[in-house]
Amino acid sequence: MTTPSAACPSPVAPATVLRHGRIELALHRLVDADGPNLLLLHGLGESTPSDPPSSIVEAWPGAIYGLDFTGHGASSIPSGGGYTSEVLVADADAALRHLGSAVLLGRGLGAYVALILAGLRTDAVHGVVLADGPGIAGGGTEPGSPSIVAPAERWEGTPDPWALAELATDVRPQDYAQAFARFVLTAHPDDHPLWVSARVRPPWLESVVEEAGVLEGSIPDALADLGRAQG
Amino acid sequence: MNEVSAHPPPGEPATGQSVPVSAAVAGAYPGAHRPDRRRRVDSSGVGISVVEWGDEGDPPLLFAHGGFDFAETLNVFAPILARAGWRVVSWDQRGHGDSDHADLYSWHADTRDAAAVVHSTTDEAMPWIGHSKGGVLTMQLSEVLPHRLSKLVNLDGLPSRRFVPDVAEQRNAMMSEAALGWLDHRASLEGKQRRPGTIEGLAQRRARMNIRMSSEWLQYLVTVGARQDADGWRWKIDPTLRMGGLGPWRPEWSMARLPALGVPFLGVLGLELEEMGWGTRPGDVEAYLPSGARFETLDGVGHFVHIEAPERVADLILEFLS
Repeated sequence: MTTPSAACPSPVAPATVLRHGRIELALHRLVDADGPNLLLLHGLGESTPSDPPSSIVEAWPGAIYGLDFTGHGASSIPSGGGYTSEVLVADADAALRHLGSAVLLGRGLGAYVALILAGLRTDAVHGVVLADGPGIAGGGTEPGSPSIVAPAERWEGTPDPWALAELATDVRPQDYAQAFARFVLTAHPDDHPLWVSARVRPPWLESVVEEAGVLEGSIPDALADLGRAQG
Repeated sequence: MNEVSAHPPPGEPATGQSVPVSAAVAGAYPGAHRPDRRRRVDSSGVGISVVEWGDEGDPPLLFAHGGFDFAETLNVFAPILARAGWRVVSWDQRGHGDSDHADLYSWHADTRDAAAVVHSTTDEAMPWIGHSKGGVLTMQLSEVLPHRLSKLVNLDGLPSRRFVPDVAEQRNAMMSEAALGWLDHRASLEGKQRRPGTIEGLAQRRARMNIRMSSEWLQYLVTVGARQDADGWRWKIDPTLRMGGLGPWRPEWSMARLPALGVPFLGVLGLELEEMGWGTRPGDVEAYLPSGARFETLDGVGHFVHIEAPERVADLILEFLS
């Protein structure tokens, strides 16, 4: 396993290193402010942005953090692959434990991870926004013909080629995603905790949107609404 | 290879006889024979321990163990097949037995490791046997590497939905509970080690998996599947591994691979229901059997069919392979 890179996109503080099993995760504090925490979860092959979009910064009333998933950004690289979306959920859970509570904004694969974590840690996640990004489709709603999943080429550093190869094909059944959406919605019945900003709607996300109580809108609108609810 | 003794198989001691614990802890369980050869295979940077029983020149036969098992649980069963003229090849799955503890675990990675073992053994098609998770793994591998498979034997590795509630709310509650337990486990990995204990203590823990096996066999298993540290014995399995967890896996995804098989198939199902199995009943399997398949059920035998009834199961397999 390689150790986290010294590179750090955070403009306000060095990355905090969090342990998750044998992995060291880089948690970046991007905006230092009082108020509720917003945790950014990047898409497949991405990393925490060095400068979050101004539309996000302007819409969110509190601190903004970004987590680099295992094998991405400044987090460490496992030996021999073995990635699953579920391991990334546990990555994000480590960040959530560090922060105490947060609203989650996930892009692509990070959106799927955010939905699952929000459904499981309903006490600590007060809202979730699902946005477009790499890895949003996954591997469909049921397994296809199996194959040996391996990267086409290898390189040192992040994103780990094994992550790109293995995380692109995880199966996401509709009723599975729908269950986590219901966990989120039933835990916060008086709010609108689940927003879908993504325009691309693979089957898992379509089933989420169909749930009563899910709101659709832009990322700034979603963050502004969730930020007000936190205030 | 040493001669296999004529002692009764484990779990079936002759009436009035008991195997002294002192003999078991010496690693000398009646009928057990440790592998004749050991080698390592590199699978994308993870070292996989491969073991073999039988003459190196005999035709190879691959055995995939189940979850939380390890290759040397075959120390009684594999020698029976080897004595019949097979080179039995098995491996410790990543994180199990003597294979490396990996940073991450996944179905993709297990499949890749299995393929590496296949490639390291022969370029020809050979029979595969899989037990429990190993049965599911070999069924998937049968689609990944169909040209490397000549016959497939599945030992109680046919998952069914028997333990999955029909009502969505109950199903979701069960899923949420399992997922939260898994997340809490992931949050507690810092410095985690297997709990040390005595040979007897570890054997008692293992007895929860092998509920019909004798204490002598269980204690023998400790001596080949655990390591002795200064503060006691520890199972070698990676402490970061945990049964159950988070994920959308469905039992029917595996069973649905059966009709696609293009090679002769033997399925063996133990009829004693127990926690380690999937609760599969014969009727759950029969609809999926490929044409010409053979399917056997064993009364009075649980999930670990080859460990509880090694001679019976070996006879079935040898007849099938012949």
